[in-house]
Amino acid sequence: MRVNSKNILIQMKDVSFAYHKHAVLQDVCLNVFEKDYLAIIGPNGGGKTTLLKLILGLLKPDKGSIYVKGQTPQKASHFIGYVPQERYINRQFPISVLDIVLIGSLLPRKHIFSQRNRNKQKAQTILEQLRLSEYAHRNMRSLSGGQRQRVYIARALMTDPDILLLDEPTTGIDSKSQVEFYQLLEHLNNSLTIVMVSHDMTAISRHVKSVACVNRSVYYHDQSEISESTIQCMYPDEMTNECPIELIAHGMPHRVLKNHDH
Amino acid sequence: MIEALQYDFIQHALIAALFASIICGIMGTLAVVNRLVFLSGGIAHAAYGGIGLSIYMGWPFLFGTIGFAIATALIMASIAFHNKERSDAIIGVIWALGMACGIILVDQTPGYQVDLMSYLFGSILTVTKLDLIVMGVVTCFIIIVLRIFYHDFVAISYDEEFAKVRGINVNALYCVMIIMLALTIVLVIQVVGLILVIALLTIPAYIMEKYAKSLFQMMIGATILGCIFCVMGLILSYSYDISASASIILVASTFFFINMFI
Repeated sequence: MRVNSKNILIQMKDVSFAYHKHAVLQDVCLNVFEKDYLAIIGPNGGGKTTLLKLILGLLKPDKGSIYVKGQTPQKASHFIGYVPQERYINRQFPISVLDIVLIGSLLPRKHIFSQRNRNKQKAQTILEQLRLSEYAHRNMRSLSGGQRQRVYIARALMTDPDILLLDEPTTGIDSKSQVEFYQLLEHLNNSLTIVMVSHDMTAISRHVKSVACVNRSVYYHDQSEISESTIQCMYPDEMTNECPIELIAHGMPHRVLKNHDH
Repeated sequence: MIEALQYDFIQHALIAALFASIICGIMGTLAVVNRLVFLSGGIAHAAYGGIGLSIYMGWPFLFGTIGFAIATALIMASIAFHNKERSDAIIGVIWALGMACGIILVDQTPGYQVDLMSYLFGSILTVTKLDLIVMGVVTCFIIIVLRIFYHDFVAISYDEEFAKVRGINVNALYCVMIIMLALTIVLVIQVVGLILVIALLTIPAYIMEKYAKSLFQMMIGATILGCIFCVMGLILSYSYDISASASIILVASTFFFINMFI
């Protein structure tokens, strides 16, 4: 499925954000198009997570505007399926897979008639699609990292989002599960726009259609672009034109992006 | 042993133990999974300021203490919330400040010879009918709130950020949770005293966390364990003529360590 560059889903215009007067993002412009598969990369502390939180409406920009499908992020939150980083989650928490997926269907307002049974059916359908239905009543503790990540995707899909937003989804997952995980994302990309934050260079899937390098400012590299190394974006101090990491994988082309100054 | 049941004070003690077990089972579960155990300790000790204030002003113990405990709990929670990395120090200071205020206020009350030990170590054998009614009302209140907002509490306890993205009013729910926690702590102070309240609040929930499949199961299990600890403690106390609250905690701690090693 090609990127539909006529339809902008997320539009960020001159966005600046600072924590305690320390500028994290400055004059950021970024458009995310329909059916894009965007990887957001950059050094730690470069503002990747802040960018994500701004899109989600968890933070408000000091300057500039953000629109998700033409609405403010707070109003548009159901268009976005969010898959957060797992490291902030209490792993001892007693909860079944199905109950986690059902969290995805919670609404800000209470309804007199509970939609819970209908939501349960929907959750079961989504779990089936993600090949997780046999785990529905299992405790989350007993699942592997890759399985847990698929559960979080199932939860994100409960609102029928247009965009899937993932924050470092492959951290702590073994490489075999990572391959499966990227296959799933590729499949989901047929119907969804995917935005994925990643700090791991080797983890960028070959299915990624565009890359945004974030380090206070944002540079967007679209599909067609191949020239200089992304490594310079990851490690701005080590101005080396050679890739320090040798990627060995079948059918996985080595991607190189145009140079820019951060 | 059976003949003990004919005494009013034993009957009151058992009913108080039942209510205490229910509210500790519910709120202890929320405190453990939300990592609010230290805050609970802070509330319990700062509540001594409320006890002092009630004695000084001549107010009924329960109402003065509940008001004071809720106020300090909300102050501690909001300061800690905005200052997460320093929250332990802030809670520690208010913990001590509350106790100091309590001691000074009691000292300043002319001609008052209060049995401090009963507040520090509880007085389950002198619980009055009015105390039982208040406990019953608070228990019902907590159960009703939980019935309405159970799924929201699960969501914010599991993954606060995701709940926020889904539009759940996380801050309001946290406030409700802190208020219910403060209510629970003040009522349980009557049963086991402010020094031991943390044990009855957290031990049953902590043991159950390992075995429960859901938060609801954890609450039910913790309630049953709480009842077992209280009844066994009371039997021990009656048989060997030792302090009731200390016996309850002794039983609970024994189970805690047995559970740790199996």
